[in-house]
Amino acid sequence: MFDLTGKRALITGASGGIGAAIARALHGAGATVALSGTREAPLSALAAELGERAHVVPCNLSDPEAVAGLIKAATDAMGGVDILVNNAGITRDNLAMRMSHAEWQDVIDVNLSASSKLMRAAMRGMMKARWGRVVNITSVVGATGNPGQMNYAAAKAGLVGASKALAQEVASRGITVNCVAPGFIATPMTDALTDDQKAAINTRIPAGRMGTPEEIASAVLYLASPEAGYSTGAVLHVNGGMAMV
Amino acid sequence: MSDISDRVKKIVVEHLGVDEAKITEGASFIDDLGADSLDTVELVMAFEEEFGIEIPDDAAENIQTFGDAVKFITEAS
Repeated sequence: MFDLTGKRALITGASGGIGAAIARALHGAGATVALSGTREAPLSALAAELGERAHVVPCNLSDPEAVAGLIKAATDAMGGVDILVNNAGITRDNLAMRMSHAEWQDVIDVNLSASSKLMRAAMRGMMKARWGRVVNITSVVGATGNPGQMNYAAAKAGLVGASKALAQEVASRGITVNCVAPGFIATPMTDALTDDQKAAINTRIPAGRMGTPEEIASAVLYLASPEAGYSTGAVLHVNGGMAMV
Repeated sequence: MSDISDRVKKIVVEHLGVDEAKITEGASFIDDLGADSLDTVELVMAFEEEFGIEIPDDAAENIQTFGDAVKFITEAS
């Protein structure tokens, strides 16, 4: 099950904790992977760890021209893109009353507009192949909201809506478009929290702990697989029961 | 019949799975040949590839019949 031999996957934000775990999972299932991100050094290190079938395609998603060239770069490297994982995301947290327009726009540009542009660019090849998988990494806050994240919650909720619209357009061509919505996941970002802060967060999670990047990657692997062909326009929440939506 | 016309016809037959006899000059892809809007996008993509041309979006919108397609491609290539 979940054999991705011969499939070619582009993963954005592959230098981060969740992105790297996704890349390892897809690669482990046999896929060829193109690792994208802004920082080339961790991407190259990951590619070296994975060995064969791993390519590095650096891209700054806040640069519209760079975004426009990413699908082509991945296609040049791998011969095509069968699986697109829009994982890259940024935060510019601030209370709405204090949020600058730049903080709003930066988050919308990277988390929503760049993902949308990559989906549209990837469709051509997937339509011709009559097979494709798009997995967008959203967030529990896209469904529940979160103080200080008006921009981030809007971008993630927007990505869910965009996924559902695209899913309907291309379903007849064997292409699925789904979202994975993580809750609190233990990454270098959450390592910075104090034990008290972590304990306070865990009390809000029925599972009593944060998730792991691998638990997100497993959800992505399923949605990227041939077996998930009948799941489209779905949001798979992976949050330890923190929000049941 | 011109070479371009034959090649366009072949693409339409393959893509829409219609009888070649139904593909007349004035046959509308959507109204007569059973294409949906996504099919028309795919046909344009296939024409671009076959003839090595670029069909801009506004021009693509005006390609509604088999004759439109042959005319546009003849002028563009």
